[in-house]
Amino acid sequence: MNLFRELFFDYTLRTVALGAGSLGAVSGTLGAFAVLRRQSLLGDAISHAALPGIVLAFLLTGSKNTLVLVLGAAVAGWIGMLFVLSVVRGSRIPSDSALGIVLSVFFGLGLVLLTYTQRLPTASQAGLDTFLFGQAATLLMRDVAVIAGLGAVAVMAVAVFWKEFKLLSFDPEFGATLGVPMRSMEIVLTTVLVVAIVIGLQTVGVVLMSAMVVAPAAAARQWTNRLGRMVLLSALFGAAAGVSGALISASTRNLPTGPTIVLAATVIVALSMAFAPERGLVWAGIRRRRSRRAIQVDAVLEDLFALAQQHEDGTHGHPVAVLEAMSGGRTGVEATLRVLESRRLARRLPDDAWALTPEGLREAEARRSTRSSTA
Amino acid sequence: MTPIEIEIQVIAIVVSVACALPGVFLVLRRMALMSDAITHTVLLGIVLAFFIVESLSSPLLLFGAAAMGVLTITLVEAVRRTGLVREDASIGLVFPALFSIAVILIARFAGNVHLDTDAVLLGELAFAPFRRLRPGGIDLGPRALWVMGGILLFDLLFIIVFFKELKITTFDPALAAALGFSPIVMHYAFMSIVSITAVGAFDAVGSVLVVALMIAPPAAAYLLSDRLWVVLLLSALFAALAALTGFWAAWLADASIAGSMATMAGIFFLLAFLLAPERGVVAGARRRARQRIAFAQLMLAIHLFNHEDTPEAEEESRVEHLGRHLRWRPDFARRIVRRAVAADWVHRVNGRLGLTDRGRDAARTALAG
Repeated sequence: MNLFRELFFDYTLRTVALGAGSLGAVSGTLGAFAVLRRQSLLGDAISHAALPGIVLAFLLTGSKNTLVLVLGAAVAGWIGMLFVLSVVRGSRIPSDSALGIVLSVFFGLGLVLLTYTQRLPTASQAGLDTFLFGQAATLLMRDVAVIAGLGAVAVMAVAVFWKEFKLLSFDPEFGATLGVPMRSMEIVLTTVLVVAIVIGLQTVGVVLMSAMVVAPAAAARQWTNRLGRMVLLSALFGAAAGVSGALISASTRNLPTGPTIVLAATVIVALSMAFAPERGLVWAGIRRRRSRRAIQVDAVLEDLFALAQQHEDGTHGHPVAVLEAMSGGRTGVEATLRVLESRRLARRLPDDAWALTPEGLREAEARRSTRSSTA
Repeated sequence: MTPIEIEIQVIAIVVSVACALPGVFLVLRRMALMSDAITHTVLLGIVLAFFIVESLSSPLLLFGAAAMGVLTITLVEAVRRTGLVREDASIGLVFPALFSIAVILIARFAGNVHLDTDAVLLGELAFAPFRRLRPGGIDLGPRALWVMGGILLFDLLFIIVFFKELKITTFDPALAAALGFSPIVMHYAFMSIVSITAVGAFDAVGSVLVVALMIAPPAAAYLLSDRLWVVLLLSALFAALAALTGFWAAWLADASIAGSMATMAGIFFLLAFLLAPERGVVAGARRRARQRIAFAQLMLAIHLFNHEDTPEAEEESRVEHLGRHLRWRPDFARRIVRRAVAADWVHRVNGRLGLTDRGRDAARTALAG
């Protein structure tokens, strides 16, 4: 529990954990809407598109102040996003292609500007390329204040436009008939998403920030069908991934922060997809097995009953091979017989023959009559 | 131009065209962002292959990368098929995770090897001519040129041989399945091609440029034509042009060649988006303006026709009155009247308008629907 003591007393660690946690919470909140609107990859495009803005902001002001760079990133990300919206609306280019173009072209432009800046004799641009992969260790309390401040604005915007964003996510046509300006709302929502993304760039980096939008929301989606709970959970998962990723990477040598945070988020998604009640793959598998077993039990009981009716003596034994032949290639007849035995519906006679018990006979008769009455 | 510069330009053109050709089908199949995913995850393939062969020049690295590309596609498909997340989220979950693993592996176990994430992502075309193919001491030219030339030929061959299959599975997968062409087999075959191309190209120019070249030129071409082979030709042409102009722009600004090529590819797309003869933004705006004028002229004719021989005709046929009745601004009204007069729909007698026979016919036809 050394780690926890350090969390309280180590300034760097506390700063990093605080920064990563709050950016995770914000991107989780906004990511919920992006994932529901099938725009998971918008985050990828925005974060790449922010690069030229960061370099331009530095070129114009000569400052490496986080707020200045983040504002530059936001403006560029916003322009890129408007470009995506207008290309999709104004041409037949599919939205994924529009996203891909903005992502790669803006990033390419950013690269040109970055290499151009690096060759300027006057400016020291060192540190700008930390935005590519993120570098949480360099976070200062000042940066965390920027993250938390802008993040709070983004979260507040979600609270204010809750109803509108909900309409936008589930039924924009209905929203339009109510008189809500859906197009403007789409721009507002995407603008807030831009804010949520650019505040994470310094910590997680351009390349991996998109995962912070998708993963917490995809995990939260598995646990609930209600938007309010999903957004809360998503924020929680995002914060958890941010804090745990930052702590793990800080406590291990040579473990870059951005990728560690992303892997923490990925683990949360994997666990949610496996174990979330109702939707979880594990429960679904168990349910499938159970219903298959129930059907098998039913079928073998039916077969035994059919055999019993062909004999004077209802408790006459029948070999497994006969039942297997009757089952038409279903496997696991023996196992099913043992289930029936444990429920005292069938019993094993010598020579591996099986017969219904009197209870089994009654049970099969009862099932047959309910089946014929419902049919 | 020095020989090095010429070599860079040739490599740039070959890489661009090799990316743009399969890119056409990526755009048409709405799988453009798979290129983004693949170009990132191949890093993991390279790292894992490097741990096995412990050499950075082995061709096995490229095989590892290509295999990881196919694995990425399979994983994305598997996650989507659980039904728990949609396809876009599935891509957004799989590739950052694989890429993160690669970055962490490099940071922890390959820190002192020249396996640089920056170089992978950003690429530096300027260095490509310095890695030469020298079997037995004979200089055969830059390695990237041979690799990408081979991949370009392979892509071309694949597209020519399977043109029909690609076309039908792209535009109508249901029909393809009904006719006996498996869309799934075609999907994986095609994505393997994309994967191999992406790997070869990103080795030369970095992953971001690969995405730009795979999507932007085909998207621009797609705005200019409806015929598949024309789109293929145009996108190859745009890609080559982006390579050349990108190289010279980078030369002038002394900046990254790959980034500059990506930017030029984007500018070509923007030009097509704005100026395409039929689907461009400008053409669309002009068409709408023309329709608005033609509609207004017809409205004028109908207005005059409705009031012809009625008591209000005296009042309604004044040019100054049109503003109030049709809600037109005075200059717009004057312009429409001028057009209508020139088209011989309307004649003007002491400040009042009257319909000609032709104008009356036009109004009558329009009203009859």
